[in-house]
Amino acid sequence: MSMSQVSPPTEDPGEVVLAARNIAKSYGSVHALKGVNFDVHRGQVTTLFGENGAGKSTLMKILSGVVQPSSGEILLDGQPVSFSSSTDARDRGISIIHQELSLAPNMNVRDNIFMGREITTPTGVDFAEEERQTRALMEELEEDIDPLTLVEDLRLGQQQIVEIARALSVNSRILIMDEPTSALSATEVEVLFKVIRDLNSKGVSIVYISHHLEEALQITNHAVVLRDGNMTAFARRQDIDLEWIVRNMVGENFDLGAPPEGHEMGRVALAVEGLTVPDPAGADYSVVDRLSLNVRAGEIVCIYGLMGAGRTELLECVAGRLKASSGRVLLEGEDISHLSIADRIELGLVLVPEDRQRDGLVQTMTVGRNLSLASIGTFTKGLFTSRSTEGALVEESIRKVHIKTDGGNAAIGSLSGGNQQKVVIGKMLATNPKVILLDEPSRGIDIGAKGEVFKLLAERARQGLAVLYSTSEVGECLSIAHRIIVMHRGKISAEFGSNVTKEKIMAASGEAVVAH
Amino acid sequence: MSVTSTTDKKSVSNGTKRKTSLVQMLLEGRAFFALIAIIVVFSILSPYYLTVENFLIMSSHVAIFGLLAIGMLLVILNGGIDLSVGSTLGLSGVIAGFLMQGVQLEQLGVILYPPVWAVVVLTCALGAFVGAVNGVLIAYLRVPAFVATLGVLYCARGVALLMTNGLTYNNLSGRPELGNTGFDWLGFNRLFGIPIGVLVLAALAIICAVVLNRTSFGRWLYASGGNERAAELSGVPVKRVKITVYVLSGICAAIAGLVLSSQLTSAGPTAGTTYELTAIAAVVIGGAALTGGRGTIQGTMLGAFVIGFLSDGLVIIGVSSYWQTVFTGAVIVLAVLLNSIQYSRR
Repeated sequence: MSMSQVSPPTEDPGEVVLAARNIAKSYGSVHALKGVNFDVHRGQVTTLFGENGAGKSTLMKILSGVVQPSSGEILLDGQPVSFSSSTDARDRGISIIHQELSLAPNMNVRDNIFMGREITTPTGVDFAEEERQTRALMEELEEDIDPLTLVEDLRLGQQQIVEIARALSVNSRILIMDEPTSALSATEVEVLFKVIRDLNSKGVSIVYISHHLEEALQITNHAVVLRDGNMTAFARRQDIDLEWIVRNMVGENFDLGAPPEGHEMGRVALAVEGLTVPDPAGADYSVVDRLSLNVRAGEIVCIYGLMGAGRTELLECVAGRLKASSGRVLLEGEDISHLSIADRIELGLVLVPEDRQRDGLVQTMTVGRNLSLASIGTFTKGLFTSRSTEGALVEESIRKVHIKTDGGNAAIGSLSGGNQQKVVIGKMLATNPKVILLDEPSRGIDIGAKGEVFKLLAERARQGLAVLYSTSEVGECLSIAHRIIVMHRGKISAEFGSNVTKEKIMAASGEAVVAH
Repeated sequence: MSVTSTTDKKSVSNGTKRKTSLVQMLLEGRAFFALIAIIVVFSILSPYYLTVENFLIMSSHVAIFGLLAIGMLLVILNGGIDLSVGSTLGLSGVIAGFLMQGVQLEQLGVILYPPVWAVVVLTCALGAFVGAVNGVLIAYLRVPAFVATLGVLYCARGVALLMTNGLTYNNLSGRPELGNTGFDWLGFNRLFGIPIGVLVLAALAIICAVVLNRTSFGRWLYASGGNERAAELSGVPVKRVKITVYVLSGICAAIAGLVLSSQLTSAGPTAGTTYELTAIAAVVIGGAALTGGRGTIQGTMLGAFVIGFLSDGLVIIGVSSYWQTVFTGAVIVLAVLLNSIQYSRR
């Protein structure tokens, strides 16, 4: 439907400073990007739209010199360029401002701006000159930030301004901004947009990435939409609207399955009652706010929400990793709120964490030992572990969750991301749970593996397992889930059956509504 | 993350035969080859080196470091460090010496002379207590292991000095009429011609190897050392594991203290100073990763023998003790260098 819009508009709305031509990138057999074309115009904002995993971050890394494309060209001022590193890209005027700010909080604004390229004289760093330049930059940005303030004492919005100042101090002509508004208040967003407009008027181009579609539409001049590594559309702001973007972002998804039917749903396996979780980082608000939900045996429930909606905290609290400040968690009617993680696993409640490298796998152990880790008790007889029982358990897990591996003794690092994820899921399924919680089970795995994981979960639900998974990709809500719960700022903002539309889900998540 | 599979013995025996290059083989078995090289070189340099008697003497020296290294390995597998073992060794020796002199109970007007087995049990209990202090500080009060055990290093040494006023207990043999003789059995006697200390080391090493490879505790230890967060989410009681390894390390240090004071037939408050560093060196030379999760008992034992046979060999051929220090340091640096080469390949 949108294929006719793939080629950039021919009329020239301004000088093209940066152009991507057929940019493709593969990681092994995974195609992260498959031929992307777009232009960045001088003094204008170009926004990249796309769901998680659509290829936005890969594209961003290519533009900022962090990775090199497998094929295709980047044209800077009409000349083909290839960046050897992010420093190289920065030297040619392209800077990136990451979602997680890369400032040193223990140092002041001046030292952060000149970090790594201090102005030196034979007698040491010329602090006075650095301070003068910092003041000049802040004046240019019309921000009243003292160069000697510690960065940790600044509000997040101000820290972002410091990052922008740092980019400007190296004469950047193109600024890439990754989710710059995600942590900002409405007034801070306004300030940021004003800064962006000022930068535009000075000829600085912005490549903007955001999940907040309406917000991005306010500021952008051009829209590039990515889906599964393909560029689905490229258009000017005046030609498009919100609905157009959503349609191109979501598209016709790969079939991730349908909710399993025909089996009897059992009684409520997991019930969460009025759960409140304080911010783990110690901030003075609740990341999960008096939330209640329940999942029946054999039922699959999906929690959809944007980053920061509180999905991870909810699941970690139910699993016992985080402490709730109030509320209860009931497993088959029994209050388990005060039990340890190990006790909850014993009773049949397991969590497959979001970050498998950090929380899921023990990299120093083999595939088999990772698989058997959560069920050591079942193959320990008396004092000793039984090798044959363990071996059988590992073999069975590998077969049941379809892990492609040389065997239980293979190193965990030898598996692909999708197979590693299956190891984490297999490890938890090996404990024969009644309820399985999965935090973004599809994160960082390719579409084929995604389908397999969902098929596996549907199969187990049919056998009576209660499944609760979270996702930030709307297409994954409309797959195997019987019910879809949308979370927004720690609360349930909507609940749907499996026949809902993508647009409705996105609207309920706060994605397609104005932030203020 | 590298996707190349490791070629350890298991994956080879698994039917997936991989070409093990000579370099890789040397790298994997480096502690073993180093030990062979040391024995060969010193046997050429000195006619006295390659004799059964000398090997037994050197082994009984190794026993002290080896015992400490077993405890240290457990701690390092957990991703921690235990700097207090040298001091615990000293304190244990002093406590044993103190008990052998008789415990005077002034209120009752009696002097108790505990039998040797009771001395051994009480001393091990003391070692366990010192380890428990370390463990609680680290696991529950979240003091970094380096700092917690450094503090305990000072405290234990200080207590040992206070107890003896800086002096040494010289008479540990006990008296037949009191029924507390036999303390020197640990250090002097031999069973089947092998010093008791070496047998104690061998027994502990075997027990420890079985615990590491065949029990759920061993699996918990490797898992929580490799990735504590993942282990916890898999139901591993990570705090309990952490405390246990420090308790076991304390007990190993206490046993080493008993063997050493028995060998010397005296218990001084400064015994075992800097031994913690030798123990760490043995574990590292044995291929364990200081980041946790990787390491074996076999490796650690080889590491202990490498250090012991090297320094004793240098003494035998008459090299200055200053040079010994330099050589030992060089071996440690080389070992760590090889460790980082090996692990970066994975």
